Amino acid sequence: MHARADAADTAPESSTLWPDDIFATLQRFDVRQVPYVPDAGHSKLIQRVLASSTMRGIPLTTEEEGVALLAGAWAGGQRGALLMQSSGVGNCINMLSLIPILRFPFLTLVTMRGEWGEFNPWQVPMGSTTQGVFELSGVKVLRASNAAEVPAVLEAAAAQAYNALTPTAVLLSQRLIGAKVFTK
Amino acid sequence: MSKANLLDRRQVVSALLANRKDVVAIGGLGASTNDITAAGDHARNFYLWGGMGGAAMIGLGLALAQPKLPVLVITGDGEMLMGMGSLATIGLQKPSNLSIVVLDNECYGETGGQTSHTSAAADLVGVARACGIPDSRAISTMAEVEALARAVHDVSAGPKFANVKIDSANVERILPSRDGTYIVNRIRGDLGFQPI
Repeated sequence: MHARADAADTAPESSTLWPDDIFATLQRFDVRQVPYVPDAGHSKLIQRVLASSTMRGIPLTTEEEGVALLAGAWAGGQRGALLMQSSGVGNCINMLSLIPILRFPFLTLVTMRGEWGEFNPWQVPMGSTTQGVFELSGVKVLRASNAAEVPAVLEAAAAQAYNALTPTAVLLSQRLIGAKVFTK
Repeated sequence: MSKANLLDRRQVVSALLANRKDVVAIGGLGASTNDITAAGDHARNFYLWGGMGGAAMIGLGLALAQPKLPVLVITGDGEMLMGMGSLATIGLQKPSNLSIVVLDNECYGETGGQTSHTSAAADLVGVARACGIPDSRAISTMAEVEALARAVHDVSAGPKFANVKIDSANVERILPSRDGTYIVNRIRGDLGFQPI
C-alpha cells in the first residue's frame, strides 16, 4: 500500500481538492456502497465516504471482494464504486468476469503506482499492466492526470458506467496523487 | 468417501428453503447452486456458475442494499475457502439480515472429489467466529438445520454462519439458467426495480 503523503517531501503538484470533486460526483450519481482497499491516494475520499450519511464505506481484505459486492448491491437495487490501487487490479481478474455476465454497473477508481517518478520497483510490473488488464477484461479505461480534469473525467465515467452499463475504470495518475519518496 | 451419519445436501437445502417467504437465496459455484435449483426455481434465486469465492460478498452487497430482507448464501467448502477473507469483511459490517451456510463435504466434488482443507485442518466455524460472527454454528443434525431455517428469517439477529457436514456423494445434476443477466434482472424485478 501507498503510504499517506500529507506531510510528504513531495506534495502533489496541483490542487488537493480533487477528492472532494470525486465525492460530489459519486453523491450526485446516488452511489451507496463504496468498497475499498485503502491507498494513500484515496485517503481523503475514504474519509469523506466514511463520514457520509448516504454512502457506506466497506473495507475489504482483497479487491475482488469488491467486484462481487457490487454485483450483489445491484441485485438489491443499489449502485456502488470500488476504490483500489493499481496493484489490486490484478487481484480482481477472475471476478471481473461477473460484470459482462451479470451486466451490473461497474465503476472503479484506481490510484496508480509504478509510473511517474516511482521509487519502488516492485510497483512497476502491475502498474504497467493495469490498463491492459482492464481492457482485456472488458473494462473501459479513462485517466485523470491533473486535478483540473478530475471533475469532467469522473462525470463521464459515472455517466457511462451507470447510465449505459459500460464497465469503467478511472486511473488516477501518480502525477495527480504525488509520488511518495522514501529514498533519495 | 461417504461417512456414516452425514446429512444429505438436498435434504438440508430443501429444509432451509421450505418456508422461504421473502428470502433471497444465493447459490455458490458448484453443486450448491444446483441444490437451490432442486429445491425449486424461484425469482429470488441467485445462481452462480462462476466467480468462485464471491458468493458471500454478493450476499453482503444484497444484504446491505435490502436490510429488511433475509439474505441466505448457500455455498460449498471449496468456494468458501477461496473467499475466506470475506468473512472478515462481513464480520466488520455485521449485516443483521445475512446468513451464510456452507455445505461441507470436505472435498471438491465437481472436479473429481479431491479433498479440501476442511477434511483435515481448516475449521470454518472457528474462522467465522474469529472474524466477528458470534452466531457461527457447526451443524450435524436435521433438527439443527430446521432451527437455522427459522433463524434465517430473523433479520435483526445476524450475521449468521453455519457449517453443515454433508455426505460427499454426488447427486443428480439439476441445472438452473446459465443466463446471468436474466437471473439478476429477475431478482431486481421481483424486488420492484425497473430495467434501466
